[in-house]
Amino acid sequence: MTIIRPKIQLLDEKHKAQILLEAKNILETLGVYIENEQAIELLNSNGLNHKNSRFFLPSDLVDKCLGDVPSEIILYDRESEENLSLRDDNSYFNPGSAAMHILDDATYQRRKATTQDFIRFSKIVEQLKYIEAQSTALICNDIHIEAQDWHRLLICLTNCYKPIITGTFRKESFKIMRELLLACRLSEDDLARKPLAIFDAAPSPPLKWTDLTTQAIIDGAKSRIPVEFVSMPLGGANAPITLIGSITQICAENLAGIVISQLTARGAPLIWGGSPSMLDMKYGTPPMSAIESMMVNIGGVEMGKYLNMPTHAYMSVSDSMIPDTQAGLEAGMGILLGALAGINVNSGPGMLEFEITQSIEKLLIDNEIVGMVKRFLSGIEDYGKPFASDILQDYQKKEQLLTHPTTKKLFKTELFLPSSIINRMSYSMWKNSGEKSTRKRAMEEASKLIKKPPIKPIKEILRNELNKIASNYL
Amino acid sequence: MSQENIYREISAAIVELNKEKAIQMANKAIDERMNILDVIENGFAEGIRRVGELWDEGEFFLPELMMGAKIMQECLELLMPHLERGVERKTLGKVVIATIEGDIHSIGKTIVATMLRAYGFEVFDIGADVPVDKIIDTAIEKNADVIGISALLTTTMIGQKKVIEVLKEKGIADKFKVILGGAPITGEWVKECCADGYAGNAVEAVNLVKSLLSK
Repeated sequence: MTIIRPKIQLLDEKHKAQILLEAKNILETLGVYIENEQAIELLNSNGLNHKNSRFFLPSDLVDKCLGDVPSEIILYDRESEENLSLRDDNSYFNPGSAAMHILDDATYQRRKATTQDFIRFSKIVEQLKYIEAQSTALICNDIHIEAQDWHRLLICLTNCYKPIITGTFRKESFKIMRELLLACRLSEDDLARKPLAIFDAAPSPPLKWTDLTTQAIIDGAKSRIPVEFVSMPLGGANAPITLIGSITQICAENLAGIVISQLTARGAPLIWGGSPSMLDMKYGTPPMSAIESMMVNIGGVEMGKYLNMPTHAYMSVSDSMIPDTQAGLEAGMGILLGALAGINVNSGPGMLEFEITQSIEKLLIDNEIVGMVKRFLSGIEDYGKPFASDILQDYQKKEQLLTHPTTKKLFKTELFLPSSIINRMSYSMWKNSGEKSTRKRAMEEASKLIKKPPIKPIKEILRNELNKIASNYL
Repeated sequence: MSQENIYREISAAIVELNKEKAIQMANKAIDERMNILDVIENGFAEGIRRVGELWDEGEFFLPELMMGAKIMQECLELLMPHLERGVERKTLGKVVIATIEGDIHSIGKTIVATMLRAYGFEVFDIGADVPVDKIIDTAIEKNADVIGISALLTTTMIGQKKVIEVLKEKGIADKFKVILGGAPITGEWVKECCADGYAGNAVEAVNLVKSLLSK
């Protein structure tokens, strides 16, 4: 029996209630800017007041819509096998989405990513034990710009079986992406019952839902495909500098998204999330892994939990340019804090440079961190009394415990056993084995993983079907 | 108070971000019929240069940089109508600046515009989500020296290239220097677009525009 599930919390009940109340008040008085025609029609047909494109959402409508949002989403993999239950404090990890660059492991320089990079990336993600979902992590610059969003989904589906976090760059692409997902299921109903992908929808701070992202909410709701809100306040620039102010802004933007979704289709699956940051006051950059960004993330997620929704955050990214010490400490803190906060969908492993660059080396290092953190989450186990005296008595006879039955039985569950990326050699062993750095060890591990056969190979018939769909649009 | 002391006091007011004092000094210069051009160059401009240096040295942060630039701008607006007749403060150049169509990220662009103004450029900030044609039409209308185009999204960057392509089509590409800005912009992209340069921050942007226009 686990004694306690370790957990952290930044908000108390009183403040959660106050934040929610103020967020609803913001929607009533300041309103939300909406420019998508379908959404405008929808809001008008529900008799909502507006001034040009600014709609004012009454609190009773927000409450009603909140009451319709499901509290759990179960994601299934490509093979329709049950996989991830997004509820309570279950914490899962996936690589961050839509990086433009890849850090080239041969030259150590960042460069534009290509299809070949993403295929390799996806195959490696399939092999990573602790990265339970994949994402459309790289933008393939060798693909025509109008196909860049949906084509990434094709690569994901053909090279990795895991559930997918994705999104559109163009409104027209949702239809194509839905078609690709449907090819993996028996019917539309089957896809709705066994969702394979989540679509990101990011409001533009402050309080604006653009045409594209609103369309993603509407399309997702109609197809009963989960939509994940990625509210992105930049504290001190387009959001309050106070952490509590930024959390309130996340809350207001997400509540507006909930209204659009639930008015489109009651009970449409949603994930409450964000990718906030606090403006770096020296360089004007948006540090995703500043400690305050993490705090806003956690506070935002606590509001999602307060509303009984599945949650998401970008908590494993680093703002460093390379997988260096800064990257390790930022990803380490983010992963641990994200898991302790019980965030359901944690995005970011592999990501560097404000979500602009993906690195396979970092991805592998982050996978180790996630493994360690999952061990931490499983807490301290109570196997029954006595805890130690019997074992210590045996030690007196044998003078070692390595061969003790409890060690043999429990070492694999009590200990997280890292891969060779984590160095625990003696100094002389490390010296004699080539004095390899973490990055070097991660790249060696990547070379091994890429040679492994797929864990769940794609069936030829499905591959052909996906390629056929793609050829209609390329 | 000697002229030199007044210049020093003006400069200090800017560096101390003391808006009240800076405006008071501007009014004093007007009332005392001082040479306004000298007051601007030796007092206010000196102050904002120091603000830039302090940012560079890590003493000042963006809110202070922006605040200094805003105070400078307000003082310039007070002073400019009082330039001696026939004397024009040579602006360092005219810049039309915008965030490209499809992209509503305006913070970086606004910081750059504010800093350019503070350093003495005439800036026409035409906002965010601006279509290519509007950027070009404004540049022609204002007889701009420089066009600055910002893009934060990888999906909208293409618009930056489009501006240069349209300028070429119209046969007016050599009339303007085109600079790019935004997180995803690289030297490689600048080259691909045939742009004249890019800057990683607002102070770099000022230096870039200065150097382009001194060529």
